[in-house]
Amino acid sequence: MTVAAPDRSTYFAEGAGLRSWLLTTDHKRVAWLYLVSLTFFFFIGGAAATLMRIELVTPQGDLLTDDAYNRLFTIHGIVMVWFFLVPSIPATLGNFLLPLMLGAKDVAFPRLNLASWYVFVFGSLFTLYAIIAGGVDTGWTFYAPLSTVYANGHVSMAAAGVFIVGFSTIMTGINFIVTTHKLRAPGQTWFRLPIFVWTLYATSLVMVLATPVLAATLLLIVLDRLFGIGIFDPAKGGDPLLFQNLFWFYSHPAVYIMILPGMGVVSEVIPCFARRPLFGYKLVAYSSIGIAVFGFLVWGHHMFVSGQSTYAGVVFSFLSFCVAIPSAIKVFNWAMTLRKGQISFETPMLYALGFVGLFAMGGFAGLFLAALGIDVDLHDTYFVIAHFHYIMVGGMVTAYMAGLHFWWPKLTGRLYSEILGKIAAGLAFLGFNLTFFPQFVLGWLGMPRRYHTYPPEFQVWNVLSSAGAVVLALAYLLPLCYLGWSLFRGARAPGNPWGATGLEWRTTSPPPEDNFAIPPVVTGPPYAYAPDVTE
Amino acid sequence: MSDIPVSKAFADTERETEADRFGMWIFLATEAMLFGAILLGYFILRLKYHDAFAAGSSQLSLPLATANTAILLTSSFAMAIGAETARSGALRCAHRALWATALLGAAFLAVKAYEYHDDWDKGLLPALGVFHYTGPNAGEMALFLNFYLASTALHATHLLIGILMVAFLALPSRLPTPRRARRIESVGLYWHFVDIVWVFLFPLLYLVQR
Repeated sequence: MTVAAPDRSTYFAEGAGLRSWLLTTDHKRVAWLYLVSLTFFFFIGGAAATLMRIELVTPQGDLLTDDAYNRLFTIHGIVMVWFFLVPSIPATLGNFLLPLMLGAKDVAFPRLNLASWYVFVFGSLFTLYAIIAGGVDTGWTFYAPLSTVYANGHVSMAAAGVFIVGFSTIMTGINFIVTTHKLRAPGQTWFRLPIFVWTLYATSLVMVLATPVLAATLLLIVLDRLFGIGIFDPAKGGDPLLFQNLFWFYSHPAVYIMILPGMGVVSEVIPCFARRPLFGYKLVAYSSIGIAVFGFLVWGHHMFVSGQSTYAGVVFSFLSFCVAIPSAIKVFNWAMTLRKGQISFETPMLYALGFVGLFAMGGFAGLFLAALGIDVDLHDTYFVIAHFHYIMVGGMVTAYMAGLHFWWPKLTGRLYSEILGKIAAGLAFLGFNLTFFPQFVLGWLGMPRRYHTYPPEFQVWNVLSSAGAVVLALAYLLPLCYLGWSLFRGARAPGNPWGATGLEWRTTSPPPEDNFAIPPVVTGPPYAYAPDVTE
Repeated sequence: MSDIPVSKAFADTERETEADRFGMWIFLATEAMLFGAILLGYFILRLKYHDAFAAGSSQLSLPLATANTAILLTSSFAMAIGAETARSGALRCAHRALWATALLGAAFLAVKAYEYHDDWDKGLLPALGVFHYTGPNAGEMALFLNFYLASTALHATHLLIGILMVAFLALPSRLPTPRRARRIESVGLYWHFVDIVWVFLFPLLYLVQR
């Protein structure tokens, strides 16, 4: 074996041409491919939201027609849910970090990993084209029979595109599960895994078990539109509630796809900047799996007013309250980790603390909606919008930013401007609350969702919300600038700038192509921060 | 052994073989959820419209479906022989078994195509615009026939993909024998799964009132 060794000091050194990126099977480069694509979709979805918020500044429909407004919230929903939130942390940070955290050279199926990106790009661009060219106005939920009988846009194409993207989700899920089982380094036992790995594992379980149900549902929608098979069409004896049951059997667990990895990021960041081991490690690990399991049993809470049986409603309500338990376990454990810690407020920590507060707010609002009587009143109002944006944006996007800032030196080998980072984190927190807290009030006052006009007495709250959206937009554009700048001009980052534990920090920044110069061996528990390093 | 892992992530092929097999099982779990969702829809509507579903079922051709069941079960037998012989290194024998598998799969599709043609003539494909039945519960019977077409077509699509993969594996290749055996085993798992789906579809579609 006498191969002239190329410069293997960093994974960037393996080649700089477009070809070296588009044909790579290196999990770190695939993570970058996803990062660039997801950033594109994030700003597409964000632009749609911005237009909607501008329309809602005045009670009349003066900027957009009702039809255009319907199309915008459909773009916003489809893009943000399937082309940003579902793959967000798993496909970028997860792809990059999972093998590093396990002490492996790559994921179990590197070519499948690259294939998942191509499938994702094809499916998502296909959908985007369908929505823009044909104007889909069903909302991201594709409710039947609206989507099957009455909607006129390119619903079949959009659904087909989402169907295709589902394959990429499944590929990622299979890869992560097998990698976690089969590629842990010597000594890296299950209860030495970072919580981020536990949450990715739980997420992957949901991905592989829930996504196919969405695929089946979308398939039936497309067949209904093309051939009129009528499974969901009451006029033909079909059952529209069947659609809702199948759809939410996927889409509620998908909510946990969209929050569990965020919880994982926060579980890494908080111990590091509190210099304390994560409190109650095993409970946090088990509660990740618990959330994934319970997540499959609560879909009926989306259907309290759909006409499903009252008894089903009561059971789903009870089970929905139960999901709050593992979620609360995590919040309390993060709080206990902070106790007596030597806390410092670097950018990732600001985002992580923001996550805890906003996620708790969103969770409490979820308890309101899980209660049958209150939900009848609040269903389809802005209260629901505010609730899930506190989880999805306040939670997941904030955690995504926390993770991006935390591991940016590892991803790029560069440091960003700490001052600008802190400003962006602060702006995001303020802007987020200004955007979405008024929507709780609006919902409580009875403003329904999905309308482009509203009674004049709601204007004050809507103006506040729209003003907040401007601040939020700035807060998300700012990192694009300073992170982009640091990529080329930032100071060189050391291997472990935060003094963090975890295998990913034991290698250089950015890591070499094979991740570790010497294959690591794990000898102790995770989160071995002073003072009490023993678990 | 001249075989090296496909992925640099694995130190040896044994571990990678385990990973391949495990990955395929997870994939089959996703497939089970896909067909499961469609069968759930079937069950719900069948509970609602039992008589119409029974009447629709009696219109379908039981002899053709029974023949197809026999063909597909035999193909799984051939597939199992292919996987076992490949594992023991008898590639020539494995190739023959794989061709037999692919041919039996193709025979299934041919019978299925003939059956669709038959259904077309009898006006049993409302989704394609041919539906001649005018008795009671015609609308509900149409739902049954739509489920019949959708689920058997989805199954046939899976089988077609399986046939292509099996035929590809039966072609000569320069890959080391152990790696080929691994691939054949993985595709074999898929093949048996597609077979099992049919084992569920057969009674649900053809034996409702029998």
